[in-house]
Amino acid sequence: MTDTGTIVAFWALAALTLGAAVLAATTRNLLHAVLALILSFIGVAGLYITLSADFVAVAQVLIYAGAIAVLIIFAIMLTPNAGRRNDETFFRLPALGIAAVMASTLAAVGVATDWPQATRGPFTETSQAIGEAMLNQYILPFEIASVLLLVAMLGAIVIVRED
Amino acid sequence: MESITLDHYLVLSALVFGVGLYLALAKRNAVGVLIGVELMFNAVNLTLIAFSRFSESATPIAGHVFVLFVITVSAAEAAVALALAVLIYRQRRSIDIDKLNLLRW
Repeated sequence: MTDTGTIVAFWALAALTLGAAVLAATTRNLLHAVLALILSFIGVAGLYITLSADFVAVAQVLIYAGAIAVLIIFAIMLTPNAGRRNDETFFRLPALGIAAVMASTLAAVGVATDWPQATRGPFTETSQAIGEAMLNQYILPFEIASVLLLVAMLGAIVIVRED
Repeated sequence: MESITLDHYLVLSALVFGVGLYLALAKRNAVGVLIGVELMFNAVNLTLIAFSRFSESATPIAGHVFVLFVITVSAAEAAVALALAVLIYRQRRSIDIDKLNLLRW
């Protein structure tokens, strides 16, 4: 991808995604962390658009920035006396070390490996291809995913039911 | 300006994954841990979409389908995890990971 618009969009969205993720880790208030998380989700949705993945970008905004963010805010609101502080445990320094090692290893392997590069260019339209793939080739995972969602919904209702 | 390649996306998602891993390992509040897990899901999804766009494959759209399944499973996971957090809060008046040591030996 060589055009200036895509390059500027990538760097801006990368800064937004990573900056919001770091903000979610450093802010003192848990609600602010969730708001930073939503920003990070939206940044990832923008990166999907730079990768010409339009359908997944819309699904990202709907499900992550919409549904999961609301779910997390509900969980914070339903635990009022638990404290809304976003502190670390005493594992802070080991966790920082493990995360740094993990991230640098992943990045180094990703850069060092000679991936087979395609010259195909961006997708022109993905929705139709995704729909056809889901209802032909991936019909069994599709059905299993719907059963999984039903089971998760019933499980969540049964778990939090007061009786 | 140099062009954007697969490497840019891989490094970015490695960094986001690292931040998410730190959150999941170090945060005291269970909801904070869940925020970290969601960030890690996002980093992995970004890698899959980037590979789907840049790698040679007979069926490049498979990456998109896989990401949609990951999003579905992570939504189910978030619903159950937050239900568990609310349940633990009801029993213990706290969702501090530090204080949940019932299974410690």
